[in-house]
Parts: sequence; structure tokens; C-alpha cells
Amino acid sequence: MATDQVTAAFAKSLGLPESDITEHLAYGSIKEWDSTAHMVLIAELEDVFDVMLDTDDIIDMSSVAKAREILRKYDIKC
Amino acid sequence: MDLNLTDKHVLITGASRGIGRAMAERFAAAGATLYLNGRRADELAELCSQLHDDYGVSAHACVFDVSDADSVKQGFQALFKLTKRLDVLINNAGVLDDALIGMVSPQQVEQTFATNTFGVIYCCQYAARLMQRNGGGSIVNVSSIIGRVGNVGQAVYGGSKAAVIGVTQSLAKELAAQNIRVNAIAPGFIDTDMTRKLPEEKYQARLQSIGMGRIGEPKDIANAALFLASDLSSYVTGQVLGVDGGMLI
Repeated sequence: MATDQVTAAFAKSLGLPESDITEHLAYGSIKEWDSTAHMVLIAELEDVFDVMLDTDDIIDMSSVAKAREILRKYDIKC
Repeated sequence: MDLNLTDKHVLITGASRGIGRAMAERFAAAGATLYLNGRRADELAELCSQLHDDYGVSAHACVFDVSDADSVKQGFQALFKLTKRLDVLINNAGVLDDALIGMVSPQQVEQTFATNTFGVIYCCQYAARLMQRNGGGSIVNVSSIIGRVGNVGQAVYGGSKAAVIGVTQSLAKELAAQNIRVNAIAPGFIDTDMTRKLPEEKYQARLQSIGMGRIGEPKDIANAALFLASDLSSYVTGQVLGVDGGMLI
């Protein structure tokens, strides 16, 4: 399921258990989600969903919920 | 560890002619898989076909305008669909439009910086993302001797190329931890369409200023780019390599 793929991508990239990945989890709110981890996360999402994200979308991806909103722009169901 | 690039995926901007074309041929001879950028699909298709026939390498045309951020984005998105991998980026595309400072139009300033500087930044931005996921890479930015020492009538061009050096040195520091090396080449007076258009008097004056007594060939720049792209320079980053035959300005 795509929804699980998003959660899994966040968990893998940030080195957290999937249970810690909530919709409100925000960039910079935890030490695991810093700018370096953000680029690792972007690469993971791009690999999982086979899409290269716009730079503006990378900058805008401020939470898990926002990530889903952005991915939907690329016709990804999540 | 040598100059063999058979396992490397290489993107060269401004590859249709001049220095870019010489680079494409040199890298093809080294066995690289090539992604050749330009704005004219027909020129690139012909070059890709020629390189495939002559060297047996895989060469793909990447038609986009480096001076346009949206166009660069679309170009890299297409590259992502094609390969998802990039080991080497050569930022070669550039324009030269000389004028004394009182005669420079805003359009000249914008177009020169858009191609020579902003294009380098846009391409580095996307290329670094591709390189990062494969454990590193090498970016080679083509600056100019004019960007290092300046010249009469070249304030805008020189400024745009000096900025490329600043971008190179900053990115070298930023991307070192990801094993992405970033270096620049500063060519001197090179035999291209651009330099052949110079008035004879200017051409000769520039020739006289070269210690080695000859104009540079595009292949001289291509060889330097090959070194910086290859594993022979695996511990070299943040450097500006002058390839100018001892030219003095």
C-alpha cells in the first residue's frame, strides 16, 4: 500500500520505528530529521515512487502530511 | 585506477560543439556512458550516433536549456527516468558576450549570468542528488582564466566565471562528506567558434600572451576534464585547474 510506503520511507531514512512516524512529525522537530537526513529522505521517496521531485517541493516538505500532499501532485496515491 | 570510464555515467552540458564536443569524444574514447546536453536535438542526435559508431558507447541526447531553471528540472527528471544514476557532471555550457562596461545592456548581464552561473548552480543541484544516492561523484565546472584575473571588456563574462569558482569551492566543502568532488577548469585562449570570431589584431595579441606560444585545443580542456572526472583525482576537490599554456593577461 502506498500509505505504508511513505511511512516506511520516513522510518528508513530517519532511522526511526514506523510507530514514531505520525502525520504531524515535522522537519527539524527531532534531531533525526535534519537537513542531511532530509536529502536522504528525498532520495528514498524518489526511489520508492520513481519520481524526481522539484526543488520547491523538497523545500516545502515540512511534515509527513505535507509529504503526502506533495506526492499526490505527482499522481501518486498515498 | 586509471582513465578508463567504462562504468561511469557522464552528463556534459553544451556538448554539441567546441570544447563540449571534444569532451564528449574524449569521454567516449574512455568508454563512458554519455548524456549529452544542448538545445538542438538534431545536432545532439547526430553526435550521439557518431560516438556510438566510433567508440561503441551508449550516448543519449538531453535537450534542455541550462539558463532556464524549469528546463533544467525537466531535463534531470527525464535523466532520472532514464538512468537514476550520475557519476560525473561537466558544466561546460557557456556564452561569451564582450562589451565595455558602459555598453553592457541588462539583457546581456542577465543572459550571461543565467547561462554561465545560474545554469551551473541548477545542474549541480540536481546532479548532486543523483550522485548522492550512488555513493558519490565528480562535478567539473568550466570557468575561465578571465574569471581569475579579469580582462578589458569582460566584466560581465569575468564576473559570471568568477562566480563559478565561488560555487565550486563552496560546493566542494558542502558535498565532500557525500564523496562528491567539485573542481573547476579555467581555460585560457582556446581554438573555438567564439575565438575564431575575434579580429585578427586581437587574436594575434592574445596569442603573443601565451607562454607556450600556441592557442589551446579543445582536447587540452577535455583531457583536464577527464583527469578531474576520473579516479586518478579521487582526493582532489575544491581546486581550480588552469589550462592556459602559461597565458598572461
